[in-house]
Order: sequence, then C-alpha cells, then structure tokens
Amino acid sequence: MAKLVEITIDGKECMAEEGMYLVDAARENSIYIPTLCNIQGVKPKGACRICSVKINGRFMTSCTTPVTDGMVVEHNTPEIQELRKSIIEMMFVEGNHLCPSCEKSGNCELQALAYRFNIMAPRFSFLFPVREIDASHPKIIKDHNRCILCKRCVRVIKNEDGKSIFAFRNRGLNTEIYIDPELAGLLTDELADKAVEICPVGAILKREAAFRTPIGQRKYDKEPIGADIEKSHNINGGHDNE
Amino acid sequence: MESKIHNITQRYGNDKTRLMDILIDVQDEIGYIPETAINEIAKEVKISRADVEQTLTFYHFFSTQSTGKFAIYLNTSALAYMRGRNEVAKALQQEAGCSFNSVSEDGLIGLFDTSCIGMSDQEPAAIVNGKIFPNLSSFRARELIRDIKAGKSLEELVIEGYGDGQNSSEEIKAVVNNNIRKIGPVLDPNYKPGDAIRQKLPSSTPVQIIDEIKASNIRGRGGAGFPTGMKWELCRKAEGEKKYIFCNADEGEPGTFKDRVILTQRPKLLLEGMVIAAYAIGASEGILYLRHEYKYLKNYLENLIQEAHGHNLLGENIAGIKGFNFDIRIQFGAGSYVCGEESALLESAEGKRGEPRDRPPFPVEKGYLDQPTVVNNVETFCSAVKVILNGGEWYKSFGTEDSTGTKVLSISGDCKFPGIYEVEWGFNVNDICDMVGAEDVQAVQVGGPSGSLVGPDDFYRTLSYADLSTGGSLMVFNNTRDILETVVLNFTEFFIEESCSSCSTCRIMPVILRNKLKKILNARGVKQDITDMEEWSKTLKASRCGLGQTAANPIITSIQNFRHLYEQKIQPEIDYDTGFDLLASVKGACEATRRKPSVKIH
Repeated sequence: MAKLVEITIDGKECMAEEGMYLVDAARENSIYIPTLCNIQGVKPKGACRICSVKINGRFMTSCTTPVTDGMVVEHNTPEIQELRKSIIEMMFVEGNHLCPSCEKSGNCELQALAYRFNIMAPRFSFLFPVREIDASHPKIIKDHNRCILCKRCVRVIKNEDGKSIFAFRNRGLNTEIYIDPELAGLLTDELADKAVEICPVGAILKREAAFRTPIGQRKYDKEPIGADIEKSHNINGGHDNE
Repeated sequence: MESKIHNITQRYGNDKTRLMDILIDVQDEIGYIPETAINEIAKEVKISRADVEQTLTFYHFFSTQSTGKFAIYLNTSALAYMRGRNEVAKALQQEAGCSFNSVSEDGLIGLFDTSCIGMSDQEPAAIVNGKIFPNLSSFRARELIRDIKAGKSLEELVIEGYGDGQNSSEEIKAVVNNNIRKIGPVLDPNYKPGDAIRQKLPSSTPVQIIDEIKASNIRGRGGAGFPTGMKWELCRKAEGEKKYIFCNADEGEPGTFKDRVILTQRPKLLLEGMVIAAYAIGASEGILYLRHEYKYLKNYLENLIQEAHGHNLLGENIAGIKGFNFDIRIQFGAGSYVCGEESALLESAEGKRGEPRDRPPFPVEKGYLDQPTVVNNVETFCSAVKVILNGGEWYKSFGTEDSTGTKVLSISGDCKFPGIYEVEWGFNVNDICDMVGAEDVQAVQVGGPSGSLVGPDDFYRTLSYADLSTGGSLMVFNNTRDILETVVLNFTEFFIEESCSSCSTCRIMPVILRNKLKKILNARGVKQDITDMEEWSKTLKASRCGLGQTAANPIITSIQNFRHLYEQKIQPEIDYDTGFDLLASVKGACEATRRKPSVKIH
C-alpha cells in the first residue's frame, strides 16, 4: 500500500494515499467534489473544470491534481460553489438541453448537478446553436445538441487495436465529437453500451434501447448526485458526515 | 495519390508523433487534405481516421477542401482594421469574385481570414501561398488579384521590392521589414556566432552554466516570466532517457513580431542559445517550433542549421567537447494561438491537437514524448548567450532589481515609428509613447490581448514582471479610435476563434461576454450588463492554461480603466433590457410575406 499522507479539505483533516488524485482522496473521506468529465480509473483530462478547488490560493482541478502531504484545499466556499454553479449554467446555455424529452433524464449527471446546485434557470442567455443529430451509425445515435464535450467517449472507447472511435473535431464553438464511420460500423454491443453508459448526458444513445428504465426509477430520481459519497464511510473506517 | 501519401508518411518513418509534418507536407503538395489522403494517412501511420481528423481540424492552415491555386489569408487583427483592412477585403472580394472563406468559381483564388500573422507594424498584411504581402491598400489588393488572373507566378506578384536586412537575402526574399529602431544586448549587430560555445562551454561544467544563468536572474521572455535558471536546473535534475530543448517560436499574441525579427537578423544567436541550454541540461535533441505564418524563413533557417554543423557548433562533439552531441530540427505549427502555451506546443509537436496539458507534471519533468524538456522563448535563449559571454553580474546591470536585462518590444498602432525596440526593463509607458512618436494617446495595450489595456492615468507604470508584465506586444491607440468596437470586441473575437475548446470555461464564457459587449455596442445595454461582465468573467480563472485564464482581460481591463466608455453607451433611464431585436428576428418572415412589421420599437 502506498504511503498515507495527511491533507486538509476545508479544515477537515483527511488521510489519503500519496499521489492519488484529490477528487478520489476526497471521495475516500466522504467528501463529494462534483465532477462531469472525470471517470474514476481513467486518465483525467480536466475538461469541465467543475471539480475546481483552491490550493495555495490558485484554482486547480481536483481530478488532475495528485495529493501531497500537507496539502491545504478549499472546496466548499461560496466562491468555489458559485464558480461550479456558473459552469453548469454555461453548459446548459451552450447546447440545447431539453430535459423533459431526453432519454437520459434521471440518469443525466448534468441535470442531477443542476438540481444539486438549485439551478432554476441559467443566468446567461441561451446561445441556441444549430446542431445536428447523427443517426448514420448502426448501433448508436449521436445527438450533438446535448454534448458537453467532456471527452469521456474520446478517452475511454477504443477498439481492440487501441484506435480511437470518438474524436474531437474543429475547435472553439465549432468543436464537436466526430465518430469514425468505419470503426463505428464495427462497434460491438458491449462497447456501444459502454459509450452510452459513460456519456454523462444524453448525447450518445443506443438504438432501439430507449426508456428501458422508466422515469421515476432512475439513478438520480432517488437521491441527489454525490449523496452516496457523502453517506459512505471514510478511509479511516470512521463515519464522517458533518 | 496513394503513392504520394506513402512517400510522405515514409519520410517521417510512418511515425504518428510526426503527424503535423505529414499533414503539412500533404497540404503543401496537394494543396489541401482530401478525404482519400486522410484514409491513406490513417492506414500508413496505423491510427484511426478519427485520430487524423482531430489533429487536422484543429489547425487553421489545414483544409479538407481546395483553398484555391492562390490561397490568400488576410489578417484580422485590430491593427489591420485600423489601417484599412475593410477596404482591402472589399477590393479582394470584388476583384476575385468570391467572398471570404470561399474559393472563386474557377478555383484560382481562395480568400480566408486569419489571426495576427506577426506583421503589426506593416498592416494590413496577407499571406499568399506562404509569401507575405504587407502594407496592402485597396489599390494594391486589386493589382494582386489582377496579376494572379493574368497568370503571373507567386514570385512575379512581388513588385514592391524586398525588405531590409536579411529579408532581401537570396534565401528569404520577403517583402517584410524588420524596422529595428533600438538595439541592446540581444539585437547587438557586433555579435560573433559561436564565441560563447567555443570560449565558455569547454571550460565550464553544466552546473556552472546554470549557476551563471541563475545569477543573472533572467526570467522567461514569452510572457509567463518563469526564472530560466530554475527551469534549466529542474530539467537537469529530472530523470529521463533523453532530454529535449524546445524553442517556442510560435509568437501568436496579436501585436507581437519581435521573434520574427530576431529569427531574421539574429538566428545564429538563437541556435547558440539552444546549444548552451542543451549543454546545461544534458539534452541531445532540440526542436525549434516555428509558427506556420513564418514558413517563409524555412530554407534560410535550415541552411543555417546545416552551416552550424560545418562549424562544429551543432552535431557531434560540439566545440571539441567529447560526448556533447546536439542537433536541432524545425517543427512547424499550422495556425493555432494556443500552441504558444508550452504544454500545448509539446502536444502539437507530438502530432496532436494543441490542447494544453494539466500540471503537474511540468514539462521539465515530463515534456516532449514524456521526457524532461525545457521550453523557452526565442528571446530567452538569445539573452542567455549574452549572459554566458559577459556574466550574470553584467546582465544584472540592465533593467531593475526584479526584472533584470532587456526586453525586445514589438510596438505598433498609432505612432510615427512602429517597429522593434530593445529597452531595459523599467521603462514606463510615457517613455515608450515618447520613444515611438505617439501623440494624443487614448490607450496602450500592454502584453497583447491577454495583457492589460491602460489609459493615461496609468502611463507612469513601468514594464516589469512586478508591474506591467509583457511578452513584448505593445499597441498604441489614439483618441480617434473607438476602443470598445475596434479593440475590445476584436480581441474578444480573437479569443473565441482561438480557444482550443478543451476547457468549458474558455470555450463558452468569451462567447457569452462577447454577446453582452455587442448588446452594449448596439445601445441596448444597461448598468447591470457591466456588472455582469465583471462578475462572470471570473469563471475564466478556472481555465487550465494562462491563455484561457486571461481570455476576458480585454473586457476586464477595459472596464477597469475605461469604464466611462461603457457608461456612455448604456441606457441610464432603464434597469432592464433583454437586448432582443424583434425587428431583426422577423426580418426574414417579413421579406417572405412582403409585409412591413407593425410593431413599434422603443
């Protein structure tokens, strides 16, 4: 087992394995730092910036920052919570997110975060981009309206040769996820399911598989996002949920 | 086609980390990168089509469609507009018979916008098939198109004669001027190439070299200002199979052009600086990452690298030091501002999208191909040579205590003598206005769009890392300029265009801010809009790289220092306005039905 180090998150002393990412260390200590682009165990990208915390007065993303001994972290402060809320709102105005008609509603991490942050309506004006739905692939449908460019699919879904199936295309506001037409045609059911599962929003959908779980029985219909972490036991075995 | 692509990928050993070079060669040889080429590259290099696409579509100078036999890229920087870009663009469109971002029907001429190309002291300027055409008037623009249509070659299009200094040399032949107006240690013409390497390296240990650099207190000249000696030391101590020296010659900050002049007039100084750094950290390979806009310097610089080999200043056992082997190659970018950020530059050099990396790890630990890497600016390497030749103490006699040495400035805009000035740190803005012959000054943009817009009340402030930090871009605006429209809006559009789009903050927030600014410029703003812009721009501080973090600086610093300009444009009598333009929204419907809107707009 790696060396244990002590870090402080909002004044609370926490133990963590040296070098583990801060977001994971917090989770082990029953502290939920919200994330969107991060997937535990996959090389982080720091794309959404929602997990930003302050270390030494500077914003750092907790999904990409390894813990070091004595690290002092600000996490639940008005400034940081306001930043996170702004980012969620920005994502809502950047795309076209129509929750009531979305297959992912109830399983959507973006929607769940909006509830957790008590967002009624974004403060920013909607950009109303004109985006397409790509239904040209045999197994999956890509709805660009809902894509938040988290790069989860780009980073995780590779074929057996390690080649990318999903990729970023263009830059700036024109950035979108591109799907390799040839490799998408060869996509296995397992990989297609995985792509759907890891998409935090409803941008990747499996054909002929909608609404298998009824609305009302979905993941975040039962409890808010992050609640499981906050209720869990921390790394030292003690229960800490103050 | 297949054999052509095959030859190109072979040239780079079918190595996917050389994808940039492969794509550049395909673009050069075919004129664009067609679908068949993408598939062929993917096959040869053994990556997916998606992998090729994601790199290809990131860079501005790559195109999947023909860009015309003559591709004209006209600069969109604020300076270009101030000097008549609109008229030039209009003339080009009229004469070519196509609008911007399209190609004429006969496929002869393509017209495209492009961000600052490093010619701010000779705008409006365009790049035509790699050749620079500065100081364009609408007359000259028309003439260019007519000559192209008359069948003239690229060389024959040049009628203005070549520029000063090396610009008119056989290897460069560029219609570009250096406009050097003040020299100092870096630009000193009495420089003997190789002296520092031959006289100092054989008798010094690498640690002694680093100590001398540390003693000089020199800090990075690209803008971020990291202490150079410390960077070299960290890299020397880092563990890795191989170490790399990178020169960042991707000066993309609008208004900067000093590296272009150094590369033209003092390239040997730069190469020498890279060799010294290599000796200090124990590197065996150096890469000069050069922005695509400066591709006209390619042959010139490659010949100089060859020449240095002949003088035993590059290659094996340099200057007779046994086992000191170091070589330099040039890596071109393909049009991306963000690649000037050091970790994005490394990503690009590895054949990927130029998206900055999260730190830690820092490039000195894990840089190019995950090996310890020093990335320094052109000017930093050049200054380092003078430090090694004359000593750190000597260097400290220039500048201020906090900011030692000199800074090469690129000064443009409303002044009599735009060009290159090497000044000691500590100059204040007033001195600079005097020096460049600027009168009736309304504002000076220090450090490019990512820096600060300062007004006369702040002209006592000095150029230094502690006060007004700058990578070298200074733009002067006189009282006839509409600062919000010409400067702030233009800079904000620049950040939108150039965002690598990896971080949500830098991808989205500048667009939201731009829309607010436009609302104010459209006379629909209210007081709350100014407050909103100040508040909302704070989210950018959570962006990954320094460029994203400063993407709202044009707005933030102009509100700070020119609040009255915003207040003049807002509606004082009301507290709320949606900014929604009903007339514009129903325009299409009205035209289709031939009706006049019956609504009254306040």
